[in-house]
Amino acid sequence: MQLTSKASIKKKLKVATCTLLTATAVNASDVQSVEVKETPKKSFFGKALETVSEKLKKWEFDVGLLFYKEPERVQAVEPAIQARREFGDEKFLTLKLVVDTLTGASHNGASPSSKVQTFTTPSGSATYTANANEAPLDSTFKDTRIALSTSWEQPLARNWKGSVGASASNEYDYFSSGINGSIAKDLNQKNTTISLGLGVFYDTIKPVGDIPTPLATMVSPGVTQPRGESSDTKTIIDTVLGMTQVINRRTLMQFNYSLSASSGYLTDPYKVISVIDATNGATLGDASSFIYEKRPESRTKHSLYWLTKHHLSGDTIDFSYRYMWDDWEIKSHTFDLRYRWRFSKQKRYLEPRVRYYSQTEAEFYKTSIRSTTSTPEFLSADYRLGDMDAITLGLKYGQDLDNGHSWSLRLEYYLQTGNALPDGGAIGSQVGVDLYPDVDAVIAQAIYSF
Amino acid sequence: MNRAERRRQERLQKRHKKQGVLPKEVSVENREGYFVGRFTAMASPCEILVESQNEKTVCRIVSQAYAEAIRIEKKYSRYNKEGVVYQIHQNKGQKIEVDAETAQLLDFARQCYEMSEGLFDITSGVLRKAWVFDGSDNIPTESQVLEVLENVGWEKVQWTKPYIVLPENMEIDFGGIGKEYAVDRIGMLLKDQFSESLVVNLGGDIFCPRPLSGDRSWKIGVESTESDGEASRQLELKVGALATSGDSRRFLFKDGKRYSHILNPKTGWPIEDAPRSVTVAADTCTEAGILSTLASLQGPDAESFLKSQDVSYWIK
Repeated sequence: MQLTSKASIKKKLKVATCTLLTATAVNASDVQSVEVKETPKKSFFGKALETVSEKLKKWEFDVGLLFYKEPERVQAVEPAIQARREFGDEKFLTLKLVVDTLTGASHNGASPSSKVQTFTTPSGSATYTANANEAPLDSTFKDTRIALSTSWEQPLARNWKGSVGASASNEYDYFSSGINGSIAKDLNQKNTTISLGLGVFYDTIKPVGDIPTPLATMVSPGVTQPRGESSDTKTIIDTVLGMTQVINRRTLMQFNYSLSASSGYLTDPYKVISVIDATNGATLGDASSFIYEKRPESRTKHSLYWLTKHHLSGDTIDFSYRYMWDDWEIKSHTFDLRYRWRFSKQKRYLEPRVRYYSQTEAEFYKTSIRSTTSTPEFLSADYRLGDMDAITLGLKYGQDLDNGHSWSLRLEYYLQTGNALPDGGAIGSQVGVDLYPDVDAVIAQAIYSF
Repeated sequence: MNRAERRRQERLQKRHKKQGVLPKEVSVENREGYFVGRFTAMASPCEILVESQNEKTVCRIVSQAYAEAIRIEKKYSRYNKEGVVYQIHQNKGQKIEVDAETAQLLDFARQCYEMSEGLFDITSGVLRKAWVFDGSDNIPTESQVLEVLENVGWEKVQWTKPYIVLPENMEIDFGGIGKEYAVDRIGMLLKDQFSESLVVNLGGDIFCPRPLSGDRSWKIGVESTESDGEASRQLELKVGALATSGDSRRFLFKDGKRYSHILNPKTGWPIEDAPRSVTVAADTCTEAGILSTLASLQGPDAESFLKSQDVSYWIK
């Protein structure tokens, strides 16, 4: 079934068509050459036959509500709204507002102990206690964050696209502002896109009760607190080099390399570390058992990211893997797998998700230190810097409505486990205490798009 | 659009219809920055997109499009007694003189037959007698197919412009080119009447004879013809034409095998492993239509065929 003289058909056909149209008294002489390209549009699923042409010149909104809860610990409620509008010719303006209300308690870094422990609050004016064998939680933790961001994207030239953006967020002890930009170029008939992004952020932290003197011992309220300046800053520069490649008409891959350099005050002013008795493993139980943490003033993170998106008939599989390493000696692997199963004429979908995360600890991470050990230069017992594994299981349901709107609901369960041991192993009363308690969380999110 | 505005528009259209500016089969809707005119012709939903602020001009333009579509439909319908095709079928075995437009179409059909080495054949319609594509498992027998195949083959038609002699038992059918031809003709007619951009869409065969001003494009949703409803594509058409061919929902299914409605006029049997849908972009809809049809007829080699033609295409 091969045409032997394939190559010439297009030309012959052009001549024949021109004759046909001109001869039938239509002015076919000034026919212009076709110019067409495919628009990669997120989830453009089967619409009615008459879908020809819509110049999308109106605002599109996504409103969402996210609920996050770690039992006994933090709870967050996060309403968000995003508005996006096309101003013709693929020029888009996006505005986003997120309000984040955080309540509950956060692990302050100190080890669980076989006896009741008493801590001075960050303000230095009161105390709180942790029961025996429980992770010490600082319950003075409460915050509302407001974050605003905006971006503008547009084609710059044929096959070139650019975007610029700015963001700012504010909470009572933290202010962050940033600008970002990116350029992307399509190559190879739009089968390949390479991009370069740059983001610069400047953050100011102004902790309650001023910045604790690093590695100083916590003291009881009522005496002069070991505190320094009232605020400090940090700068983050992120660069991302990316490539998106269409493998075939069902498969797409994306590769990213990103480099993130932070400098300035990277310590968490609310985190402490336990100093334990070198013979019996106990803490004194009062404020003097704890010292404030100290982290290096710079951090360079690298990460490699690979995403594969594969379309089956109607369904989609997404798999991604990220390898991250930094000069704090943290290395992490993230695997994320999603399957979007579409049904009832593509209008609804269910998307199960499994995510696995594993990281090694930072070089200065210690669950606790012994009183006889000389204090290292840097020290943190923040569980987020420890050796840990985490798994997320989730399910998302979404539906496209007949009026063109859509909504989705996502439910996820997150479980983080770690196996950190103090240097030299647990001793005395530390034995048998879970020094790295599991953290779990439930996440629920609803989004409505119109 | 708010309710008051919609009602104002409905009133206006009623008036236009009364005044005879707009036929009652046509509707016109105001979108932001452009108008959509809708009607049904050639068994397909049709749309004319017009970039204009002037409703009256739009009504005039869309009415002309409708009139031209209906003219071509009537002329080349097998069922219309006044139509050319009907006349030819009524006088098989006799020498008939055809008008200039029909002559051009027959010439074009002959050229397509030649350049495709017989794959594109306007006499293949009689294969319908053996094949009824209703989604069932009614597969004809080999002898049934062979019997009908006797009456297929452009080379058996005596065509000496402007005279045609169609042998007994044979049929001709402009279904494979008529709609695309109508799209191009309407596009070019309207282009002469009107200075701004417009798009003609007859059931998914599309032609934009003049681009929008600036760097803007028309966004065209190309429906997937698959019954399992795979994602449609969105194309940005600046200028030019698109045509799609595919086996839509028309097929037969037997013993786990899907028989596409795209029949090979040489064998009388369906093309195996034809893509479900082939969309081709070309300068005119007629070219795009022939290329997408020929690609479908290549079966599994559709893609390599399109590659060799150096055209933009989208296959499913």
